[in-house]
Amino acid sequence: MKIAIASGKGGTGKTTLSTNLATFLGETKRVVLADLDVEEPNSKLFIDAQILKTHDTFKMIPRWVSQACTQCAQCVEVCNYNALIHIANEILVFPNLCHSCYACSELCPTQALPMEPQKMGELTHWRSDWIDGVEGRLNIGEEQAVSLISQTKKYVEKYFGDDTVKIYDAPPGTSCPMVEAIKDVAFVILITEPTPFGLHDLKLAVETVRAVGKAFGVVINQHGIGNDAVLDYCRAEAIDIIAKIPHDRAVAMAYARGELAYRSVAGFKEALRDVVAFCEAKGLL
Amino acid sequence: MKEIVVISGKGGTGKTSIAAAFATLVGVQGVIADCDVDAADMHLLLKPSIELCEDFYSGEGAFIDPMECRNCGGCADVCRFDAIDFIGGRYVINPIACEGCGYCARVCRPKAIAMSPKISGQWYQSMSKHGAFMVHAKLGVGAENSGKLVAKVKKEAKTLALREEKAWMIVDGSPGIGCPVVSSLSGAHFVVLVTEPTPSGLHDLERVHAVVKRFGIPSGCIINKADLNEEMCARIKGFLEAEGISLLATIDFNPSFTKAMVMEQTILEYDDSSLHAPIQHAFQTIQHILQEKKQ
Repeated sequence: MKIAIASGKGGTGKTTLSTNLATFLGETKRVVLADLDVEEPNSKLFIDAQILKTHDTFKMIPRWVSQACTQCAQCVEVCNYNALIHIANEILVFPNLCHSCYACSELCPTQALPMEPQKMGELTHWRSDWIDGVEGRLNIGEEQAVSLISQTKKYVEKYFGDDTVKIYDAPPGTSCPMVEAIKDVAFVILITEPTPFGLHDLKLAVETVRAVGKAFGVVINQHGIGNDAVLDYCRAEAIDIIAKIPHDRAVAMAYARGELAYRSVAGFKEALRDVVAFCEAKGLL
Repeated sequence: MKEIVVISGKGGTGKTSIAAAFATLVGVQGVIADCDVDAADMHLLLKPSIELCEDFYSGEGAFIDPMECRNCGGCADVCRFDAIDFIGGRYVINPIACEGCGYCARVCRPKAIAMSPKISGQWYQSMSKHGAFMVHAKLGVGAENSGKLVAKVKKEAKTLALREEKAWMIVDGSPGIGCPVVSSLSGAHFVVLVTEPTPSGLHDLERVHAVVKRFGIPSGCIINKADLNEEMCARIKGFLEAEGISLLATIDFNPSFTKAMVMEQTILEYDDSSLHAPIQHAFQTIQHILQEKKQ
């Protein structure tokens, strides 16, 4: 089963919940944690892990072959992303604007734009005492995360079977990277904090998850720090509250040390048990 | 007019609270731009009244006319985004997956596929509760955050700032290192990096600073929740020194950030004077650096 942990607002505890939950489950089950927050992948920082392998990941970009080109510039007209320009008898390609749709390449009458791989990031497979992890990491200067998220998921699906629980640490926000991360999971756990920012961004995330058509529930992190508006909203919308992680400075301090909080903070472990019980009741584990 | 962009790489470090505090500090002498269009929150503190709202179109989406379609499936064969599903005996576009490349429309022989502009969100011109101009936006559900809406917000804010002869533009930037943050940074005079002394705080600071460096914009850092971990705090300071980033302020973990938010106040408005001094000091340091640069 695949479970995504997502949030609208950043910094609400996605990585804290996914690293702790994955490791806690890993004590009794086979678990893989996929870090799909490829712009800022952080989960490995909190887990004592050995890297099994790292390989480069690529996106496909057209390369202009001047000898084959007849200067018809149909490619420029075809490209909806302005990733190609025709200037002084040359076709210039702007890789950061390219979405790898292949239209320019495959519609070129003289095959003058073959698609070729260009490095966009790295994929790392690591292992701790308890779980496996797969991390996608976007290169600095690369701007499009979606393709790397998709490749990271493909790796996870190829190497881990149905006997393995798959936890996806999704990127923040509600735009296409988040949608890519959750689109084929069985369930989405939205984590939020009980503050006005948390509530506002939770509503956006709920709107997105509903548009994608996923079952979901909410975990409230730092319960007690703000107000009850998130609880009221979830009740009014009939959204399951899976667990409340109590506000406790000890959790923040464990995080700051790069440690898993459930090992030292009893209230946090209790909340994890609630998450596991919920997932079991839903048939997700 | 000087443009200050507040970014953080990692979420939850206090970026928006600090950007909103700067906005309070410059008052009517500033124009505010919320470029975190994917999860825009600044309006929750600055309570703007909206004066103008416009749809923002970005890119295109495909649509298959069922009356013209002959079910050949040629469109689905060329789509690289798995955006064409075969449901109930006919081909339909999944608007969330469609990236608007238009390849399907070009290969469709009966010309059954039309491309039309996609609304990717709305942008607003407003007046903050302090009487300052504010430009903000809301990205549509599952829309592509290509940075174009961010660029639009910045452009509108800049036009206002120049027209109204304001001294400052305060920008709440986007998270991450991708297109939106690159759009947030373009044209900035100074970048404020907000971080926290945690492994991910430092990690994300290093990555986002690598992006800032490419633009050659002077930058300063505010370490929030500084007392969470002294050792990590010292490591961040070491990084700042090595990279020539000014330390603008260190702020201890303070529940007033959340309390102010609950009361819809910026931390400068909230009754906790211990937060006022570091914000004011940070802003003075920025002014000083910008002046030095001028000379």
